[in-house]
Amino acid sequence: MNNHNINHLKELEAESVFVIREVAAQFDKPVMLFSGGKDSIVMYHLARKAFWPMKVPFPLLHIDTGHNFQETLDFRDHLMDKTGGRCIVRLVQDSIDQGKVTEETGYNASRNVLQTVTLLDAIAEFKFDAAMGGGRRDEEKARAKERFFSHRDEFGQWDPKNQRPELWNLFNGKKRMGEHFRVFPLSNWTEMDVWQYIYMDNVEIPSLYYTHKREVFNRDGVWLAYAPFMKLKPNEKVETIDVRCRTIGDITCTGLTLSKADTLGDIILEVAATRVTERGGRYDDKRSESAMEDRKKEGYF
Amino acid sequence: MNIAQEKHAGYLDMELLRFTTAGSVDDGKSTLIGRLLYDSKAIFEDQLEALEKASINRGEDQINLSLLTDGLRAEREQGITIDVAYRYFATPKRKFIIADTPGHIQYTRNMVTGASTANAALILIDARNGVVEQTIRHCYIASLLQIPHVIVCVNKMDLVDFSEDVFERIQHDFNRFSDKLHIRDVYFIPISALKGDNVVDRSQNMPWYQGPTLMYSLEHLHISNDEDFSDPRFPVQYVVRPNTDEYHDYRGYAGRVAGGVFRKGETVLVLPSGFTSAIKSIDFMEESLELAFPPQSVTITLEDDIDISRGDMIVKSDNLPEVGQDITVMICWLNEKPMRPGAKYWIRHTTKEARCIVKDVNYKIDINSLEKNFEDKQIGLNEIAEVTLRTTQPLFYDSYRKNRITGSLVLIDEGTNETICAGMIV
Repeated sequence: MNNHNINHLKELEAESVFVIREVAAQFDKPVMLFSGGKDSIVMYHLARKAFWPMKVPFPLLHIDTGHNFQETLDFRDHLMDKTGGRCIVRLVQDSIDQGKVTEETGYNASRNVLQTVTLLDAIAEFKFDAAMGGGRRDEEKARAKERFFSHRDEFGQWDPKNQRPELWNLFNGKKRMGEHFRVFPLSNWTEMDVWQYIYMDNVEIPSLYYTHKREVFNRDGVWLAYAPFMKLKPNEKVETIDVRCRTIGDITCTGLTLSKADTLGDIILEVAATRVTERGGRYDDKRSESAMEDRKKEGYF
Repeated sequence: MNIAQEKHAGYLDMELLRFTTAGSVDDGKSTLIGRLLYDSKAIFEDQLEALEKASINRGEDQINLSLLTDGLRAEREQGITIDVAYRYFATPKRKFIIADTPGHIQYTRNMVTGASTANAALILIDARNGVVEQTIRHCYIASLLQIPHVIVCVNKMDLVDFSEDVFERIQHDFNRFSDKLHIRDVYFIPISALKGDNVVDRSQNMPWYQGPTLMYSLEHLHISNDEDFSDPRFPVQYVVRPNTDEYHDYRGYAGRVAGGVFRKGETVLVLPSGFTSAIKSIDFMEESLELAFPPQSVTITLEDDIDISRGDMIVKSDNLPEVGQDITVMICWLNEKPMRPGAKYWIRHTTKEARCIVKDVNYKIDINSLEKNFEDKQIGLNEIAEVTLRTTQPLFYDSYRKNRITGSLVLIDEGTNETICAGMIV
């Protein structure tokens, strides 16, 4: 018997910190992808812990679709100010203006798929050789077989059938020129772990996660936030109700939860009681059974 | 949130248990995992809906729980599991990570991968078939990878009339060959994954079985001694040098404790230099810790300025690891490209990287009969052998049996950069 036990959150934290340090040690030019959502906020929090009292030895990268909630952008700038972090921002609008991608049209138009191009361009522009993302294996079935260190070829593509075996805590970041890695330090976390950790470590998160009054409309059973660039169908009407975000993505595809939860404790209780997955409210995943796998192969987050 | 709510919502003091599942084709592994996930409410309504839809698309009458574990399109199309899939569920006592690995012989490498981080292995046996070749292989891998706990689930008990004799015979057969292996802690549970007997709820059909259910076993396995708390090992992962006015002289060694307990003020020795110093502080962000133990990630600072870099190891002078360049290793070959005798490979061990050559193949193991073959020196995909490596730099290591972190290594192909071999130091 011994008294040297740590709880599951501290163990997950130790594992993620190890992975983040391994990235800093094995790669020349790593970057951490930042979306302003809770997972990337926790990942950045862990990066700060990993290198304290040193500044995080890599920049963050935010691919801004132009369809973000204003609160997300404000929070990003506030967090960088507070922690002395450096966040590079690249705009999907620029990729559109340069004619590299074509904007979707129609009611469910989303820039979600377009961001892959902007992301791969940014990786090439800065010659990043490893991009850390906040993806978790419990999110989606194509992610369940993802490695911590995920190899990408010179086109940024993922080959799920030819992944490197990953054993113990021995991570292989070797690559050829022009190839890069995606690394997922939060692989083993679940949605509940993330919320519990935010609670345990008092991690600051955007106000969007707490209940607030917002102009919303209902599309096929999903509550979406209203924004001027969104096209309403004739039967859809905008109303103001109490909602909160369970995940934060683009306004166009983030389903909102009807909720009055205004503390972390209430949010955790709500997550514990809920019977629908986080991504259940994400319009982008509903496109087909293997929507996520297809996007990931092409170089998505 | 009050304390009762916190307990309900947070379960903030759960332990983490990682386990792997191994079974032959059709022995109900997917059904068992589906049941564990379903009964612990880890399957959500939208997942269930998607599953229903997918099952109907395939022309099946009932929900096929195995579709939940087949993540990639190729797997769904072919109806087989190719790769290790990780699943998560939690009960009020523990958070569980399942490394779900395909059971077929072609996928030995996946089983080895899943086993490498597991505290426990679930080995499934079809009660109608008893101990088969694959059972022996799964059990051998569990022992090779030194998984601390093995739970043998004798499944489909409903198809053998819940017979105690069948269960006892399987238990007897299993023990007869497992005695030759190094398995520390084995449990046998008669279950029916399909009907739920002894999975989460106690079976009404097997009053002769007095032991715990599978879920109870998973929740209560004694895992707090699975880590090595006796041999102090701290592989240096990253050197923290802030170079700021506030922390001008700060020089910290970041890493994850691989063994033993390190305390503030204690004298430590650094390999390979051999210099000694005392631990000045153990830091983690603004926390200053009195001690550090596995599996914590911390940053250690020392009283003296010693040149230390990634790949070095902080230890204690009264408990040194082995230091050497000629290392005997049990290996599992993970790549289609066979091993080339005399070829050079990259070697990764703790946070150290070096190069090595395979000097000798000592023997190969027939994974079904467990016989040693001293003649055949050809090592291909999924094969297991004992080899001798010569490394370009000394490694600081322990036997795998003593410490799964300082005793494990991988080889990387210099041409393709692929991880091609898993090694456990003898």
